[in-house]
Amino acid sequence: MTGQENALIEINNLKKYFNVGRGAVLKAVDDVNLKIMEGETLGLVGESGCGKTTLGRTVIRLYEPTGGEVLFEGKNVHKLQGQELRGFNRKAQMIFQDPYASLNPRMTVADIIGEGIDIHGLYKNRERTERIYELLNLVGLNKEHANRFPHEFSGGQRQRIGIARALAVEPKFIVCDEPISALDVSIQAQVVNLLMELQQKFKLTYLFIAHDLSMVKYVSDRIAVMYLGVVVELATSEDLHKSPLHPYTQALLSAIPIPDPETERKKKRILLEGDVPSPINPPEGCRFAKRCRHAKPVCTEKQPEFKEVEKNHFVACHLY
Amino acid sequence: MERLLEVKDLQVSFKTYAGEVKAVRGVSFHVDRGETVAVVGESGCGKSVTMQAIMRLIPMPPGVIKNGTIIFDGKDITKLSEKEMEHIRGSEISMVFQDPMTSLNPTMKVGAQIAEGLIKHQKMHPSKAREKAIEMLKLVGIPNAEKRVDQYPHEFSGGMRQRAMIAIALACNPKLLIADEPTTALDVTIQAQILDLMRDLQKKLNTAIIIITHNLGVVANLAQRVLVMYAGKIIERGSLDEIFYNPRHPYTWGLLMSVPTPELDKNKRLASIDGTPPDLFAPPVGCAFAARCEYAMRICYEKYPEDFPVSDGHSAACWLLHPMAPKVKPPVGKGVTL
Ligand SMILES: Nc1ncnc2c1ncn2[C@@H]1O[C@H](COP(=O)(O)OP(=O)(O)OP(=O)(O)O)[C@@H](O)[C@H]1O
Ligand SMILES: Nc1ncnc2c1ncn2[C@@H]1O[C@H](COP(=O)(O)OP(=O)(O)OP(=O)(O)O)[C@@H](O)[C@H]1O
Ligand code: SF4
Ligand code: SF4
Ligand SMILES: [Mg+2]
Ligand SMILES: [Mg+2]
Repeated sequence: MTGQENALIEINNLKKYFNVGRGAVLKAVDDVNLKIMEGETLGLVGESGCGKTTLGRTVIRLYEPTGGEVLFEGKNVHKLQGQELRGFNRKAQMIFQDPYASLNPRMTVADIIGEGIDIHGLYKNRERTERIYELLNLVGLNKEHANRFPHEFSGGQRQRIGIARALAVEPKFIVCDEPISALDVSIQAQVVNLLMELQQKFKLTYLFIAHDLSMVKYVSDRIAVMYLGVVVELATSEDLHKSPLHPYTQALLSAIPIPDPETERKKKRILLEGDVPSPINPPEGCRFAKRCRHAKPVCTEKQPEFKEVEKNHFVACHLY
Repeated sequence: MERLLEVKDLQVSFKTYAGEVKAVRGVSFHVDRGETVAVVGESGCGKSVTMQAIMRLIPMPPGVIKNGTIIFDGKDITKLSEKEMEHIRGSEISMVFQDPMTSLNPTMKVGAQIAEGLIKHQKMHPSKAREKAIEMLKLVGIPNAEKRVDQYPHEFSGGMRQRAMIAIALACNPKLLIADEPTTALDVTIQAQILDLMRDLQKKLNTAIIIITHNLGVVANLAQRVLVMYAGKIIERGSLDEIFYNPRHPYTWGLLMSVPTPELDKNKRLASIDGTPPDLFAPPVGCAFAARCEYAMRICYEKYPEDFPVSDGHSAACWLLHPMAPKVKPPVGKGVTL
């Protein structure tokens, strides 16, 4: 991505805190700034619990932010009303991590896919049925599947139903929250190929959350790395893999197990000591300092600024 | 190396209202002392059922072991009483399950869960067992072990729970550790810690490991030998390098090609294996992969291919290895022509 495209989504100083009782506040997302360009895939990676899902859910208005704003086509998502709000609810969709839990077991596939069409009054009667068949076709299922229930499908097929449901309302933007983690390799490949084809066909914009960094690199134009509620690095996926700057990103990349025995035998991994600190009362200064090999005194005193250190390559670290 | 486990012609079925699911259809393999064997293959191909049979944890009914011998450390464990088997499960073979939250007891302190087996099977004194529990927690890299030993599972993070499971599994110094998808739910940095831990412990204690995973990066990192399963059978087996660099079965090719590597070109589609695995109610008579195989020949539909040897310890059940079959260049590996 170059600087010329339009931002479909602008995330400015976004905060999402949770009250977890006895006055304790959990800072799941703490001052995040990101732009997602029209037609791009922005990958989002980071340790379990660092706030990826919370960020995705706040962006599509499933959560109210504690602070900051999200602009979609220039408008503040959390202030939309009436017609504009309905429009946004249609244009921004989410594909959920768990293909088993995210489909209502008592609804037929046709009704799961048709629900959004009905809510937004997009098609009726015959047209509605045809639209559902068309969507099933698009995701590699067929109309014989329409009247079956989710439990009659394999994991990969269920994930396809979830994708058809998201596409039913002709969205522009989809948050894909670990859409492939629960699937085995060859089915992962099928689902990813499908997502990429659909993106080209309909000029979709994706926020793609996943653990598998090789896959994230493959699907994403740019990648943001989160750690404990903050974005610590942002770059094109090429740059991020070739020259990761943040010590956490470096550790993350060095830990990907590569499906090649010789590479694995030669590999030197950067081992991280200790566990992720709690997002309740996160440490002052750099949140990674306790586990960082390069930590200096300033790191525990001052939170590093998120700044552009190379063209289109941003990092929050006192080393740069 | 000395044999630790020898499984011969294992056949396991499930009797359901819809008919008999032939989940494991004649599986034979061995594991030597101190070695790591990885088992890979598509969802539903019988990996977990094979391991459950070794642990004698198949629910019966609906499960039936139709055939097979399982020799562990010189004993045929299919013939042991349930009481003898319980002892083996507590002290000689341990299993780490995929989901640590459902396999840890939520109402029992983590330390007590580690100590339980030691007290029961090794007749260890409770205070000694507690010390050992702390030592095990330290060994699996849990900070503050003295304090953590008295906490409950929900007070541990996901990665710590997984390590606690491994601590329980290893506390009794088992001869065999069976790990079923031990790192699937973890992110890569914690996954790396767990793999290192398993390797270290294996060196220290000479434990043999069977690891089931669909992450081929994990296989490349940890295994010495690989078994590839498809529709209830082992269709290819060999050393780690033979399987990755000289694979001979079209299903193994498909598996290796589906995996993205960091070098993968974005403009290319990912390879995937089209179609679905066969119905295990009525598995095909010939090669079970034939319906999805672009190299399938007539004989493939008619007769199950025998296990053709490729090199020492490497064999594949595919008609392409028959001397009369057409020569095919494998699309993956280091390009050896058959
Ligand atoms: N509804 C909630 N109430 C309280 N805390 C929450 C809630 N949702 C999330 N959290 C907490 O916020 C933090 C971020 O959670 P989130 O689910 O966004 O992480 P994640 O990066 O998606 O992790 P994973 O990779 O495990 O899915 C975690 O500490 C989590 O426990
Ligand atoms: N209790 C049961 N009753 C009926 N069928 C069963 C039962 N347990 C397993 N099966 C069937 O046996 C076959 C093999 O299952 P198994 O759990 O061994 O697969 P797997 O290779 O471990 O797959 P995965 O990678 O998804 O864990 C599947 O077709 C499954 O549906
Ligand atoms: S700011 Fe300091 S502690 Fe944080 S990542 Fe950079 S060097 Fe490490
Ligand atoms: S035996 Fe035939 S169908 Fe089976 S994998 Fe080999 S070539 Fe393909
Ligand atoms: Mg999440
Ligand atoms: Mg299994």
